[in-house]
Parts: sequence; structure tokens; C-alpha cells
Amino acid sequence: MPSSTQAIYQGLKRAGINFVASVPCINLQELLALVSGDPDIIHLPVTREEEGVGLCAGAWMGGRRAALLMQNSGLGNSINALASLDMLYGIPLLMIISQRGSKGEPVIGQVPMGRITVPLLDAMNISHFSPQPAQAQETVEQAWSLASAGRRPVAVLLDLEFWRGI
Amino acid sequence: MKRIEAIAQAVEAAEACGALLVCNIGYPSRELFSVKDRPENFYMLGSMGLASSIGLGLALAQPERKVMVLDGDGSVLMNLGTLATIAHHAPENYLLVILDNCCYGSTGSQPTCTKLGTDLFALAKAAGAKNVREVLRVEELAPALQDPGVVIVKVEEGNADVPIISLLPEEIIERFIRCARLVLPSGKSRP
Repeated sequence: MPSSTQAIYQGLKRAGINFVASVPCINLQELLALVSGDPDIIHLPVTREEEGVGLCAGAWMGGRRAALLMQNSGLGNSINALASLDMLYGIPLLMIISQRGSKGEPVIGQVPMGRITVPLLDAMNISHFSPQPAQAQETVEQAWSLASAGRRPVAVLLDLEFWRGI
Repeated sequence: MKRIEAIAQAVEAAEACGALLVCNIGYPSRELFSVKDRPENFYMLGSMGLASSIGLGLALAQPERKVMVLDGDGSVLMNLGTLATIAHHAPENYLLVILDNCCYGSTGSQPTCTKLGTDLFALAKAAGAKNVREVLRVEELAPALQDPGVVIVKVEEGNADVPIISLLPEEIIERFIRCARLVLPSGKSRP
């Protein structure tokens, strides 16, 4: 079975993702290295996740398939842009989110956003998926299809257990 | 110079080279719509601060097309990190024009920090951006719009008496996408 990171990367590749904006999380480090080394993907490390929403929107308008890689803390930094840019105009976005603040979280500061990540997505009517590693490749591929067909943002949430391969 | 004068020159320059033009939310977009509506204009109706980022994504996705962004001092201050990203990743087909009127012009002209002396020219340079220039007089503007990089244009406070944009968001984006994707990245299919 491929590693958790490989499953996400292969899902991105099969979805045809060729533009990535990112703000790092420790759990995304291997994925970010793969994305950076991929000659078919334009990868922009950004200063703030909201900036990444703007970049991905522009890249999609220019014909690219765009994904935003970030921690769930970054979802909080992106709410207005997701609503008044992506959802207002009908711009698809695949969000690959390292979900911190759930079971096993060692950093107390991650807990508040961890508690409200799913309620925030639900309140915004953004579809979200929390696959296990064995299904993750397919889930990522399907999440992009849903985003692209529905012209809207879609989230894949990957918690601490996911990265431990559970 | 008045902001609408600067916008008129910018859209003229954009049209002359077929550039895609991303315009900041509020009165700047209304003034652009009023001066010269064209399908290659993307009018922002929300997401304040992200004009420069949207334009950068476009420029990277469409390296064959010129992309111009009309932004404002308040919006750039809201997304200052964009200057660092632009400094290190902006391609040669990208031009950011910051219309600095030292205030939040669409919400009652409350002063921004540029009114107090914050220097966007120096900030852009310090971020590492190349080809940064500042325009103070209207006759300096047209030549400054010919090259990629970052242009800070000092404009007067105040908005022109122009109507709201009579296009729906889906109309703005659909016609814009048709223009933006005329030249597809080589070997890539439409998403």
C-alpha cells in the first residue's frame, strides 16, 4: 500500500492538478517536496492561505487545475476569499487540508480551530471528505471532479491518524 | 492626477497589447467599467486584497499573455505578503499598478497608513521586487505602464460619479475566461 503522502500525491496527479499554492504544515512536508519537484506542477509557496485562494482562482481562470495545500488554521484565514471570490464567481478549488487539533493533538493552540473546522465547512456548504490512506487517492481525484463540475471549493481533511497511516 | 485618469490610461495600455486586466473591488472597478468595459477586464466584487494574487495566478497560468493588475493602497496593505511573493515568483508578463490615494476611497475616504508616511515604493523594493517605479505626474504614467514589475501611482482622493457595474458575477467571469484561455498552456487541455 502506498504511504499516506503518496496516496495524496497520486490523487493530485490523477486529477490533473497542475497548479499548487501552499502554506506548510509539518504533516505536509513530504507532499510539498513531491509537488515542488514535479515539473508539471507550478508550485507557489505563499505567505498566507487567503493569498493562495486568490492565486488559485487566477490560475484556474487561466486554464490550470488548482489546489491549495494548507493546515486547517489556514481555512480560518481564507473564509472571506472562499465566499466572496470562489463561491461568488463559481471558481473551483481543491483544498488539501492537514487537520490539526483532533484526537492525539500535542499542541494546545491547534485545538480551537480543530474543533470548528468541520462546522465552518458545513456552514459554508463546502463539501469535505476525510479518507483513510487506502481510499485517499480516489477521494482526492473525486474531490477535484466535484469541485470542477460544481464550480466550487471542496476540501479533503487529513487528520493526525491519517498521516500515521491509520 | 485623478484616479479615473490613471485608470483610463491603464486600460488604454492594456487594450493596446491585449492584456488581461484584474481590477480591485469598489470604485476602481466601477470607474474602469465606466471608462472602458471590455471582456478582458475582471472586476472584483469581493475578496478585498487579492487583486494582485489573482493576477499573479493568471500570469503564471498564461505566460504568453500580458496581465495587468489595478490595485489600491488599502488593498495592498491588507495583503502585504503579496509583494514578497511577487518579488520572487512574478513572471515577465506581470504588471502590478498600485493606485495610492492614501485612503479607503470606497468606504468614506478613511486614511490608510500611506497617508501617514508608509511608503509602498520602499516596501515593494524591500520585499525584493524588481523594476519598481513611482509615478507622481500624469505625463509619466503611460511610459511606466509599458514594462513588467510594480508601479505605484500617486492619485488624488475622491471617486468619480459612476454607476455600479451592471454585470452579474457569472457574466464577468464567463466572458473573462473565454478571453483568458484563448492561448492555452502548451500541451494542457481545458480543465
